[in-house]
Amino acid sequence: MTVGTVVGVAGRAAEFRTCQYTGLKVDVAAQRLIIANAVAAVIFLAFGGLMGLLVALTRWPAVHLLSAEWFYLALTEHGVNVLLFWIIFFEIAVLYFASAILLNSRLAAPKFAWLGFLLMVVGALLTNYAIAQGDSSVMFTSYPPMQANPNFYLGLILFAVGALIGCAIFFATLVVAKDEGTYQGSIPLVTFGALTAAIIAVFTVASGAVILIPTWLWSLGLISHIDPLMYKVVWWAMGHSSQQINVSAHVAIWYMVAALLVGAKPLSEKVSRTAFLLYILFLQLASAHHLLAEPGLDATWKIVNTSYMMYLAVLGSMIHGMTVPGSIEAAQRRNGFNAGAFEWLRKAPWGHPAFSGMFLSLVFFGFIGGISGVVLGTEQLNVLMHNTLYVPGHFHGTVVAGTTLAFMAATYLVLPLIFQREIIWPTLAKWQPYLFGIGAAGIALFMMGAGTLGLPRRHWDITYTDAPLSFAHSAGAFLMMGLNGLFAIVAAIGGVLFVLVVVATVLFGKRITSGHKLTFALHSGGGAAASQYGSHFTPKLPGTMILVGVFFVVFVLYYFINWKYLSELWLFR
Amino acid sequence: MAVTPPEQRIWWNEPIEKVELTWAVIAFLWGLFMFAFMIAWHFIGQQNLAKEAYRIAPSNYEAKVEAFANKYKVREEKGVPVVKPPAGSDVYILGRLWQWWPILELERGQSYRFHISSLDWQHGFSLQPVNINIQVHPGYEHVITLTPTQAGEYGIICNEFCGIGHHMMTGKIYVTGQRQAEGGARLAEGR
Repeated sequence: MTVGTVVGVAGRAAEFRTCQYTGLKVDVAAQRLIIANAVAAVIFLAFGGLMGLLVALTRWPAVHLLSAEWFYLALTEHGVNVLLFWIIFFEIAVLYFASAILLNSRLAAPKFAWLGFLLMVVGALLTNYAIAQGDSSVMFTSYPPMQANPNFYLGLILFAVGALIGCAIFFATLVVAKDEGTYQGSIPLVTFGALTAAIIAVFTVASGAVILIPTWLWSLGLISHIDPLMYKVVWWAMGHSSQQINVSAHVAIWYMVAALLVGAKPLSEKVSRTAFLLYILFLQLASAHHLLAEPGLDATWKIVNTSYMMYLAVLGSMIHGMTVPGSIEAAQRRNGFNAGAFEWLRKAPWGHPAFSGMFLSLVFFGFIGGISGVVLGTEQLNVLMHNTLYVPGHFHGTVVAGTTLAFMAATYLVLPLIFQREIIWPTLAKWQPYLFGIGAAGIALFMMGAGTLGLPRRHWDITYTDAPLSFAHSAGAFLMMGLNGLFAIVAAIGGVLFVLVVVATVLFGKRITSGHKLTFALHSGGGAAASQYGSHFTPKLPGTMILVGVFFVVFVLYYFINWKYLSELWLFR
Repeated sequence: MAVTPPEQRIWWNEPIEKVELTWAVIAFLWGLFMFAFMIAWHFIGQQNLAKEAYRIAPSNYEAKVEAFANKYKVREEKGVPVVKPPAGSDVYILGRLWQWWPILELERGQSYRFHISSLDWQHGFSLQPVNINIQVHPGYEHVITLTPTQAGEYGIICNEFCGIGHHMMTGKIYVTGQRQAEGGARLAEGR
């Protein structure tokens, strides 16, 4: 019995078109769902991003834009809209693409997929409505005993159920494709990466249900007490693991963009897939990252969990950090760019927004988000930065300069290939990833700097003007917040350009017809490289070895600098 | 075109390229080192957060801190008692909406059993500019053996969001000691 018969849609006569650029068979029902999810994603990104700009302008001491009430409201809106709604709507689109499209299959049960989409939209709107009412400025994390309006939690629960349906559709589509023989052998690496994301998503949503449902009942007065420490343990099994969905999804996108634009194949399927497997096995332990400064937890528990079991999930990311540029170098050398150590990189398609976005995402995620994440998640070092601005600095390196930039890059492929519209304003599109990426990297770095100097996160007034006992931060900390504001403006310009280009392209872009030549061309054979498995043998990769060597040196130096900071603190045990 | 059979059907038997293997081994060993270093710091380092904590009702904790403050109060500052406990004793501080209470006066180089808890919501104990940051939960009394290493006046701010008055939540710790006395003397000579 197939999944198709279980959900009662066996043998749906799907309507297909064949993509003229990749040769892939595209299920029209899947295409519509991808479009709907991508559009919803961009709308929530636009709103959440605007809230982020208001937050950054308030944190800029010279501007200090919003009042305290509006600041905390905007910060809560910013968190849920970009961290949850933008990212997860886009991820559902990625799941449908990586299953139905890359496997040349029909999407399983599109009606259920629409139900999931509807639940996600209703949930997202409900939570936004609760926050906008003003009684739910509890931040993304909603730590008890602080309490939000019941609709805040209910919206999140509905959204999560919808996302879970999306994951189920993805799994069912894999079964349908296997059953109907739409591909041979193993699923392609990109689909494998998406599968990793979907498996982690199930764990994440389950953890979210375990904690959000009781918290919702508590907000309704049906449960008397939620233990704040227990809440954090379980909530972060959702909160941090949901960021691991992002990592798996954007790494899959790195491989996809590399395949479509330069014809890159993995150096070795075995290594890249094992790295994804390490994510599934160990990334969920990261709840501990948020509990290192907490009372009553044992050091053994902290060390094992915070290190993802001896850094085995970090190992996965470090492997991808080498195999993705390595596969690009190998492909580019085969494309004829063989001179010196770096001709392959110099002559890469830097004018293609999907490539520039993808490569900047790779660099920023590794150097900023990755290294700071390991340092922040080290048991003892955490005390230096817990709840300081270093924390948002770190995750703007991972989720904004990493995931969001990668998703933007992917959008420049989705527009011509799925929406079938030619990208309007190619010059703006060309510059957009640079503006947004550099802005986001600046936000991340300067918030990390401010946090190292002790500035608190989620804080309206770092001058403490209204406080009975005064305290003054160093001048350097204020400088950091000014620079953070400037780079937030750069990122916001990049974000506005992105939304403008996407909306204008969807509404007014030239329809792509048969024989049309794309402004931003794909690599010939890129479709095959993305939708098949198979390794690429090129043993000599001097450029990539230099890049990962630089990364390693920076990592080790920064790691020990922080131990030096720690050793200068007051003593405590 | 995309449905042509793959080049290598059995990908799990392919050999791994040397560059990949080398990098994976380096990354694995570095991970092991970082893992071991956290354990090692418990033996070689002076900064390890204590596990010791007790469940306590917020009202009971409040009573304990008040008794402590009354016993060792030396003066008041803006209505907040400044408390100077004997060197090496138990000291108590509480977080509530929106203050850290009371103000402490400690001696440099002395170890104190430092108790901390919250009376209402979660708070973030952030000692500045030292930059020690510890989460404070209601219902949990965390006990840390703390040794100030430098004399001076230190601020405590709150870095866990605790509502609209979050930015007004501050506190203070004074650390007295030889170094400060010497510094004062030097300053006097200079004048």
